[in-house]
Amino acid sequence: MNNGGGTPQLELRGITKAYPGCLANDHIDLKIMPGEIHALLGENGAGKSTLVKIIYGVLEADEGEIFWAGNPVKIPNPHAARKTGIGMVFQHFSLFEAMTVTENIALGMSGRQDMAKLAREVVEVSNNYGLPLEPHRQVHTLSVGEKQRIEIVRCLLQNPKLLIMDEPTSVLTPQEAEKMFETLRRLSDEGVSILYISHKLDEIKALCHKATILRGGKYINECDPTQETAKSLAEMMIGTNLHAPEHSAQPEKGPVRLKVNNLNIDADIEFGVNLNTINFEVRSGEILGIAGVAGNGQIELLAALSGETRSKDASAISLDGKEIGQFGPNQRRNLGLAFVPEDRLGHGSVPEMMLTENAFLSGYSRMSLMNNGFINKGNTENYAVDIVKQFDVRTPGVNHTANSLSGGNLQKFIVGREVLQKPNVIIVAHPTWGVDAGAASFIHQTLINLAENGAAVLVISQDLDELFAISNRIAVISEGRLSVGRELSEITIEEIGLLMGGTHGMGEKTEAAHVT
Amino acid sequence: MLLKIEKRSEYSKAMVYLTPIIALALTVLASILLFELLGVNPIEALYQFFVAPLDTQYEFSELFVKATPLILCAIGLSLGFRANVWNIGAEGQLTMGAIVGSSLFIYFPETDSIFLLPAMIIMAAIGGAAWAAIPAFFKTRFNANEILTSLMLVYVALLFLSVLIHGPWRDPAGFNFPESQTFSESADMPILIAGTRMHFGTLLALLAVFGAWIMMARTLIGFQVKVIGEAPRAGGYAGFSQKKIIWLTLLFAGALSGIAGFSEVSGPIDQVVPSISPGYGFTAIIVAFLGRLHPVGIFFASLLMALTYLGGETAQINLGLPVAVTGVFQGMVLFFLLACDVLVHYRFRLNISRKATS
Repeated sequence: MNNGGGTPQLELRGITKAYPGCLANDHIDLKIMPGEIHALLGENGAGKSTLVKIIYGVLEADEGEIFWAGNPVKIPNPHAARKTGIGMVFQHFSLFEAMTVTENIALGMSGRQDMAKLAREVVEVSNNYGLPLEPHRQVHTLSVGEKQRIEIVRCLLQNPKLLIMDEPTSVLTPQEAEKMFETLRRLSDEGVSILYISHKLDEIKALCHKATILRGGKYINECDPTQETAKSLAEMMIGTNLHAPEHSAQPEKGPVRLKVNNLNIDADIEFGVNLNTINFEVRSGEILGIAGVAGNGQIELLAALSGETRSKDASAISLDGKEIGQFGPNQRRNLGLAFVPEDRLGHGSVPEMMLTENAFLSGYSRMSLMNNGFINKGNTENYAVDIVKQFDVRTPGVNHTANSLSGGNLQKFIVGREVLQKPNVIIVAHPTWGVDAGAASFIHQTLINLAENGAAVLVISQDLDELFAISNRIAVISEGRLSVGRELSEITIEEIGLLMGGTHGMGEKTEAAHVT
Repeated sequence: MLLKIEKRSEYSKAMVYLTPIIALALTVLASILLFELLGVNPIEALYQFFVAPLDTQYEFSELFVKATPLILCAIGLSLGFRANVWNIGAEGQLTMGAIVGSSLFIYFPETDSIFLLPAMIIMAAIGGAAWAAIPAFFKTRFNANEILTSLMLVYVALLFLSVLIHGPWRDPAGFNFPESQTFSESADMPILIAGTRMHFGTLLALLAVFGAWIMMARTLIGFQVKVIGEAPRAGGYAGFSQKKIIWLTLLFAGALSGIAGFSEVSGPIDQVVPSISPGYGFTAIIVAFLGRLHPVGIFFASLLMALTYLGGETAQINLGLPVAVTGVFQGMVLFFLLACDVLVHYRFRLNISRKATS
């Protein structure tokens, strides 16, 4: 275990990193003792990845110092990090499927390798740490857990003093995860420090000695997770000082406009999430927020709602009582469904095309921008100009390309384009992701006004502050399942945090979390 | 790696249109070197290549004769390229178009209806489109790479032509030469200017340029092609079907290439022979890119490439240069064009800060 007051293996002081329009790390301090398993806890977008990339030399900090065993160091690139004694296992593997285990390991190491000797070392290390691997198997024949073992063994062969694990269990079965925990505990006993990144509270409580909590790029607290409850960890992770909603307390709720009924969709790509019996309704005048950690089925749900993925069952989705499960995006749009995708460039807009063309993209049919089969350039331009004016899009002109706009301005343009189509139902993914505060509150107000004028609004976001600010009800998506939507007044942030952390069924598991 | 290639954050729009000219200049420079190595006076060679072929009105009209199939094929291909559909089998579609279009005359040689020629043109379009439908089917159904399938079908089409022309289609009165009988007047493309070989196909090519221009600039289909090519996910979001665009662009390219092949057979060649095209279908790929995938650009690029065919012949006759010079020349144009395009969008950087570790 950690040896109390010695020199930390790694210490960060005042690490700061800014991206254009966003402060990803704001003076973050972190201390990891030798042999300590240290959790880095935070929501998506809290700044965990940025911080880890700085430690591993992928990014360079704008400000701040890094100390390694008490000495100040610079880590300009991952190669230097490995030399220093830092190893990292990424969430997504970088393996060549058609090559063997040993070949893959050799590729990740610096310099030339004696393959026979390396194969022996792989066997030795993998047996020592309970990570059985056959050095001559081809990677494509391995399970996800085995692939992760390759990455871990690759790090261990370099005798690291600090091992960084980025959400390692997100791809593992519970059994594989338990095995990996044993390995990590053994490494910790041998004096290797581990920086463990996760948002899964149960895991952190079971494994880690210390936890540093980040929120919105800021250092919040350092604590001993074994002394905390899942509830108190969630509170720190999510923050309690949430703004009150800006809209009238209980809006007039009208008839159900969007109804999703037993929606099941199988993912069509690797690492995709299967949607499992999703049920919800959104009424006229209401904003339903769907919270959840990225990669829990949001992308799949959005595609199913927009019509980019069609469901087998027409009745799985209905719009104003009409079954639209098998309709394509354009048919749904003509019935009054508008949609703001998560990815602004390349999904919500064509980056290289002008704003007029991007206005035409989703508006051509509902805004009557066609004239006997030809594009009505005049109407299209008027429509684009209306969007720019009414939604305060800062651009020199509508003949500039979408990718010349800043993120916030492009988002205002896309939201404006959808809102001006007078939708009955609007689905918005991450409405204010990477958007500055002014544009964000403008977009929020726009959505609230839309709901108050009788539309049904569905917002999918990872930003709980945002959901609490604008939603009337909140549901949580986790591993392709959606929790029951609860009125804002009835649900607490802790409950949401637990649901997000994958604790299903609020009953027993919550109790278990309290028993420490 | 010492050299690093990185994407430019912003690239010059003007350069995109200047690159064809820069590429041409570089090609001329490189060919001067090439002629020097071949022991030919470069100035004389360039004159023979680019100026001599345009001396007389007849030779000028020949430029359009050669450009016609290039324009037709390249217009079709460019639509696909805009949509990221990489049909490189225009040569095969051209051949099948020529075969299917000619079949009407071969099996009904006595017909002298005025509807014969229009019917043959339509048949040619259908034949080319049907040939292009094969890669479209495999692409949309099995996600088979259209580059491979369309290219392989070129050789199938050429061999099929060979079978026909050495067998059932051989002219009984043709002394066993592998040629069909010459087309009757009602199966011939009308000549536009007396005394030249410029034929009705050139008008069809100009019509294709105009039609494609309108389609890309003003219609929903053209818009869909551009969106699917540039941002397929945005296309899906707008409800545009990628499969539909794959089918459409391939069928369109096939039909135009088919007409190109038939207009050669029924125009300048006047009979079906084992070799219909000196690679127009492949040169059209260069033409499409040299013309920046824009119909008007393609028109001018076709004229230029047609000139290299004529120039190659003149240089062969007057200077004794091998006719392969044409191919070399066309290859250099494409090479320099692609190289310039890379430099417009990317830049090279020397990576010196390697040893700043420890």
